[in-house]
Amino acid sequence: MNSISNIIDWFINTGVLNMAMIALIYLTVFAVLGLFLVLLERKVAAWFQLRIGPNRVGYLGLFQTIADALKLVSKELTGTVKADKFLYNLAPYFVIVTSLMALAVFPFTKDLQAFDINIGIFFLIAISSIGVIGILLGGWSSNNKFALIGAMRSGVQTVSYELSVGLSLLTMVILTGSLQLSEIIEVQKSGWLIVQGHIPAIIAFMIYMISGTAETNRAPFDMVEAESELGAGYHTEYSGMKFAYFFLAEFINMFIIAAIATTIFFGGWLSPFGITDSLPWMGLLWFLAKTFVLVFLMMWFRWTFPRLRVDQLLTLEWKYLLPINLVNLVLMAVIVWLNLTIQI
Amino acid sequence: METATLEPTITKKGFKSEEYFINMGPQHPATHGVLRLLLTIDGEVIKKVEPDLGYIHRSIEKMCESNSYQQIVHLTDRLDYLSSHINNEAVCLCVENALELEVPERVKVIRTILGELTRIASHTLWWGVLGMDVGALTSYFYGFRDREMINDIFEETCGARLTMNYNIPGGLMEDIHPNFVKRVKEFIPHFRSKLPEYDRLLTGNIIFQKRTKGVGVLTKEDAINFGASGPVARASGHSCDVRKYHPYSALDKVNFTEILDTAGDSFARYRVRIAEMWESLDIIEQLIDNIPDGDHKVATNAVIKLPKGDFYQKVETARGEFGVYIISTGTKNPYRVKFRSPGLSNLSLLNHIAVGGKIGDLVATMATIDIVVPDIDR
Amino acid sequence: MGYFSNIYHGIGTLLTGMRVTGKYFLNARKGAITQQYPDNRDTLKMFERFRGEVVMPHDENNEHSCTGCQKCELACPNGSIEIIWDRVIDPETGKKKKAIDQHIYHFGMCTQCGLCVDACPSDAIKWAQNFENSVYDRTQLTRILNKPGSKVRAGVEE
Ligand code: SF4
Ligand code: SF4
Repeated sequence: MNSISNIIDWFINTGVLNMAMIALIYLTVFAVLGLFLVLLERKVAAWFQLRIGPNRVGYLGLFQTIADALKLVSKELTGTVKADKFLYNLAPYFVIVTSLMALAVFPFTKDLQAFDINIGIFFLIAISSIGVIGILLGGWSSNNKFALIGAMRSGVQTVSYELSVGLSLLTMVILTGSLQLSEIIEVQKSGWLIVQGHIPAIIAFMIYMISGTAETNRAPFDMVEAESELGAGYHTEYSGMKFAYFFLAEFINMFIIAAIATTIFFGGWLSPFGITDSLPWMGLLWFLAKTFVLVFLMMWFRWTFPRLRVDQLLTLEWKYLLPINLVNLVLMAVIVWLNLTIQI
Repeated sequence: METATLEPTITKKGFKSEEYFINMGPQHPATHGVLRLLLTIDGEVIKKVEPDLGYIHRSIEKMCESNSYQQIVHLTDRLDYLSSHINNEAVCLCVENALELEVPERVKVIRTILGELTRIASHTLWWGVLGMDVGALTSYFYGFRDREMINDIFEETCGARLTMNYNIPGGLMEDIHPNFVKRVKEFIPHFRSKLPEYDRLLTGNIIFQKRTKGVGVLTKEDAINFGASGPVARASGHSCDVRKYHPYSALDKVNFTEILDTAGDSFARYRVRIAEMWESLDIIEQLIDNIPDGDHKVATNAVIKLPKGDFYQKVETARGEFGVYIISTGTKNPYRVKFRSPGLSNLSLLNHIAVGGKIGDLVATMATIDIVVPDIDR
Repeated sequence: MGYFSNIYHGIGTLLTGMRVTGKYFLNARKGAITQQYPDNRDTLKMFERFRGEVVMPHDENNEHSCTGCQKCELACPNGSIEIIWDRVIDPETGKKKKAIDQHIYHFGMCTQCGLCVDACPSDAIKWAQNFENSVYDRTQLTRILNKPGSKVRAGVEE
């Protein structure tokens, strides 16, 4: 009897229950967020393309995405006969779990942060590269050549572009001197980093947006699922909920990439010129507003540009982004060393 | 399909690389229809492309043998359905030539205007689909927006948007609709203002240029050897516009230049088609104000019997040279009909120009060759 | 230097493209080119020449102008029209005359080529503009164009 109450005490004292609660809340909120990002994407695409977009289910089609989710949940899970069943089933979880994990470290407001780890940026970069394992597994195990080509492309792509994401964030870290996200935001109280770091920061931001788009496998870097070349790429053989995991992860990843950019370059939850500093909860709105502007930018890319070819993708990374990034890093170091940053 | 033995090869770095087969199609987004491409690939690099036809073969040529000459016309709608008006015209011209029938000037002018509208409609669709093939989905809708205006013109005058069957031997089924001239005149400035937008969205785009320049290069010699025609051949510098060399209908009365390019790559084919749209607009503009008065058809016998002999007529569709070859024994049905479709010969050079490229290159090449599968599989 | 001018030029072309789509995005409210199909049934009107389906118009006396000449049947490339006719005695002249019993139209086989309407000497058939033609059973696509009890209008001669 005593031992059981001891265990319960331990649970309560160490906050495992709290953690579970928070995890559940995060899961729900971001699953819904992901679903509505899908809707947003469809609407935005429609507006770019002289269409109206989903407008049948619910008011202005707002429940379209719920209907889609229900459809995906209730669909039969099919698969290829000769698939490697274990890996095939494992792959979607890799993708979705990693993208949800990354959400834990974001400071949405001053106080609303699930996990303020002191190597925040490092954690994000590390986590985001695990997702590709899921894609590789999915493409490999589903015993489909199109999926395999897609998976291989994704491997190439992620390995290359991770460098650029990492280096462009590193450029900013020189400015902040910390990897901890809350501290990075603290630094930005004297001006957003994109202002503080001026030219190298803007270059870093551009590189980050390009390679971030590539990291999420979105057009113009959607070689992984290039529908006119590979049908559906790595998730060709997935259906129902397993497909939905891939799909949802793509949209949550897009949110994550935009949220990182918001935190690092645009001051996270800080309001411009401190206009709403007296209302801390407004920080959430600022954070989301900035993030969605960046998400919109990524959608704009997607619905405007043609897709690159796989070798051009590598040319872009290794001949353009990486050297520029390295020079930019040195430039930033010099600027910080000479104290040329702009402080407000 | 026989399977070649696939020898694992040792590359010079010591890695073992293996070629493998992949089936692109018959249901694949990039093959624009039920065409199956059997690809032999090494990694991403294409070693061999074997088009496999026959998925929508309807034996139209054989069907023609049991149809009267009026009835043949509507079957040609179902060949290259994006140039259906021009195909119809080819059959009608062939029958009219055989009968030595002179159609009124009015008919000739209307046929030419509609033919050029068809060409623009086909090219706008091609432009949109090309964008989609290289990944820019938005261009598809912009292309369709403009095509829709032409389709409305067709629907109002011909009664259908795709399978018009507006030509009959001896003229046109009905006279043009009273709104026709007005609508065409609205369309010309509209499209003139939209074409530069096409350039801004796609032509100038650096990614698009990288995807198409130097991809799928076809030399002039090969274009001639493979019997390529239309924009594909003209992009390689082979001057072959039937409208110039054998003008039919009212095309001898208009001024236009044959668009030629010398690069022979996918981007050259793209440029030729875009420039052709400008030319077609010019042709329409020259004719639309000068439609002569007159009848819209000359009377023919209800049962048309061609004199004994062979008759050939070629026209320039949006894809190239379309030929109609009729052998008649003097009865009301042809003895044998053969269509020379531009798609088949243009597809035949796919293997030649796609080998060595990536899968993405193959898609871009396919898109700029602009095949329509029912045209190939008759 | 070509390296940097390439980058500059490349970004320029990308921004030009984004300007085009961005312009449409901002005008999205009025720009939609798509039709809201089942909603606009009332206002959706096809052009008068649109070939939807072959029909035989009847006037208020339940009379049509089909003489049963079978020209449409002959003109049809795929045998979509079958005419069942009979010789009846004309009550006025007392002569035997061809008259249709049934004008059968197999809509499921029709290619909407328009040759039958073009061939008809008495304009007895014409095009209707309806376009929602799907049915659950294809036997419903076989239609008898002349209404029961109808007869040919007086004065319409072969
Ligand atoms: S439209 Fe053509 S296919 Fe249809 S019934 Fe008339 S002649 Fe036959
Ligand atoms: S519909 Fe016209 S062509 Fe056909 S049988 Fe009647 S009158 Fe003759």
